[in-house]
Amino acid sequence: MRRLAFSLAAPLGAFVLTLIVSTIALLAFGSSPTEAYGDMLSHAAKLETQVDILNRATPFYLSAVAAAIGFRMNLFNIGVEGQYLMGFLFAAQVGSMVNLPQVLHIFVIMATAMIVSSLYAGLAGILKTTRGVNEVISTIMLNSIAVGGLIAWLQQEWQADLGENFSSTALGTNEIAESGLLPTINGIVEIFTREVGQGKELTGMFLIAIAVGVAYYVLLNRTRFGFDLRASGINPFAARAGGVPPKRMVLAAMMLSGAVAGLIGMVELAERGKFPPDPIQGLGFAGIGVALLGRNNPGGMAFAAILFAFLDVSSGVLDSTGAASREIATIMQGIVLLTAVIAYGVANRLRERDEAREAAEALSANAEVVPA
Amino acid sequence: MRDTLERLPAWARWALYAAIGVFLLTAVQTISDTERLTQVATAREMLRFAVPIFLAGLGGLFSERAGVVNIGLEGMLILGMWFGAWGSIEYGAWWGLLIGVLGGMIGGLLHAIATVTFQVDHIISGVAINILAPALARYLSEEIWESPTTSPRTSAVGDWDVPFLAGGTIFGWESPDWLLSIANQEWWYVSDVAQLSRGLLRGTSWVSIIAIALVPLTAWLIWRTRFGLRLRICGEKPSAGEAQGINIIRYKYIAVIISGGLAGLGGAFISTELSGLFQGGNSAGRGFIGLAALIFGNWRPGGVLLGALLFGYVFGLDLRDLDGTASHAMLLVTAIAFAGVAAWAYTRRRTTDTILAGVLGGGALFWWFIADTVPSWWSNTLPYVIVLLVLVFFSQRLRMPAALGQPYRRGET
Repeated sequence: MRRLAFSLAAPLGAFVLTLIVSTIALLAFGSSPTEAYGDMLSHAAKLETQVDILNRATPFYLSAVAAAIGFRMNLFNIGVEGQYLMGFLFAAQVGSMVNLPQVLHIFVIMATAMIVSSLYAGLAGILKTTRGVNEVISTIMLNSIAVGGLIAWLQQEWQADLGENFSSTALGTNEIAESGLLPTINGIVEIFTREVGQGKELTGMFLIAIAVGVAYYVLLNRTRFGFDLRASGINPFAARAGGVPPKRMVLAAMMLSGAVAGLIGMVELAERGKFPPDPIQGLGFAGIGVALLGRNNPGGMAFAAILFAFLDVSSGVLDSTGAASREIATIMQGIVLLTAVIAYGVANRLRERDEAREAAEALSANAEVVPA
Repeated sequence: MRDTLERLPAWARWALYAAIGVFLLTAVQTISDTERLTQVATAREMLRFAVPIFLAGLGGLFSERAGVVNIGLEGMLILGMWFGAWGSIEYGAWWGLLIGVLGGMIGGLLHAIATVTFQVDHIISGVAINILAPALARYLSEEIWESPTTSPRTSAVGDWDVPFLAGGTIFGWESPDWLLSIANQEWWYVSDVAQLSRGLLRGTSWVSIIAIALVPLTAWLIWRTRFGLRLRICGEKPSAGEAQGINIIRYKYIAVIISGGLAGLGGAFISTELSGLFQGGNSAGRGFIGLAALIFGNWRPGGVLLGALLFGYVFGLDLRDLDGTASHAMLLVTAIAFAGVAAWAYTRRRTTDTILAGVLGGGALFWWFIADTVPSWWSNTLPYVIVLLVLVFFSQRLRMPAALGQPYRRGET
């Protein structure tokens, strides 16, 4: 009971603190907090907005799972950003070059994304296992190498030949044939609700993200590999003594993390059918935030992903109602993250203290029973 | 020979390294079809790129010497960019710098609260700050300048030409420009040195001058003062410091706040001096590169500057290298550097390293032979690749603070 209270108090406290800070931020510039929050909530009540929120939550969630796989063994894969963009770009290029039956075409595209991202993450793993290079530094460097160098260059190399139809919206890699695009799953949504309007489409990646979440849970909690992974995270020396090869685990965790990261870009690929000149960036870093907020727990991360997506999407309405600047949503994301991280730390310490006291009481109680 | 080197005073040793570096560049340039490697403008761009990287790296030095990993430098830099621009617009250039520093300090304070008081994992807190800072900058921009990404023009603190060496004026009298006359002689090597030096000494921003002055100042502070000793104890063995009665928590706070302030100064430099306005995304990961410079420089002030100048050189060269010939010449420089690494590894009987460096150097040399120009990714990725290579080859020679990243609680060992 007390434990449950501890684990619920932390996110709740973070949420309240975030509301307070963002209310202050709104008041400071003369916006009405009730109006702004009200607009966001009523906007989010619409089915079309909810579809948008799920579309946004999907890459957040995948990105969070990718980061969480590393976190569970104390491995900081800060490089999800670069990894998924590399996978996305290669998948878009490979997908546009082949023409296959639908299932196979989609499989080839996703496999390409996962393999490329996984190999790119594996580079950091190899540097760590063979040379002891800290993965935080190497993944940050690999991010910059990918985003600033390789991707910018490959985008030019693989730019679709537009001929006379040149326009800035047509920039990007060659379009992927219809057979390579993951179908939308509006049909499934509409079984439960009304018809989705405004041409909004729920991406099929949503189902894949759920599957990834389930697989993540099973892998970590029900398999030998997951046990080894968690053991290495909690105490690498004990794990090693228990026969878990540390180097192989680092490499495996890194590559698995990268493989999941490869799926992040598939949402945008399905929506736009190519690698656009201006892909959404920052999903990798946001995913780290979602993983932290959700405490690497599959359910917690799903909740956090939806929260982040809700803030992102529903704040869009503020542009039209004018109740506040929509940037308030990003602030709330940042603050909820920082306060939650602190709150979890505090809750952990309180619980440890609690357990220590309980143990001490139990010991002294025993001591009385034992005759002197 | 190593003993002789180590007996030299620091300034002489650095001057010698610089002279050897320029000699290498000049030699490569002689057999290449480019003149950009030693041009005045190359040196100027190098410095402009290097200053924010250096300031961020120096910020990292304060924080990490006190045992706190600071991935949040990028966010603090962004806060400095925004507050620097705002201060510059509202109150003028010098106030802008100061307010930028204060903005960065806010980021540092947040990081200190999270990591020192609440013992949040340093990386995690840093990532949170990196998400929060750009969000805050966007929000404030939108509310104050009605655009989430750009500000109006800012004012800069101006620059300075060094008299005699680079033709600066003293009380209205224009002094001779000695380096220009030497450069115009077109003496091999000598004129190249003159050109590069002139790029550093002419039109130098006051912020750059402050930044360079921070190297000896920080070295003195860290190695020669009581404050520095206590700061380092926080990063090496906080429990020992505590036993001496040092308030570890207080020193860690001070260090991380200074760290944020320096990154903030770097950010203010970017918006007021480099771009002339605040622009979202203009930080371009310099906070992260600063962190790389810190590691490259082995957690020492002079080393951080060297790393920043090296990265700045590569970025600055690329900026003006429209036809790719200078980047091509850099391939040969890289090959020579690898040869040096291979030789060094060979004398230490490290066979794998020798072979690895040899193969990489051979690859660079081969590429240099078969191609006339190189694609853009080569110079855009070179700085980051250098960091990875330094870590691959020299990680055993790097010595980070012993208690770096470890949580500290009063009364625990």
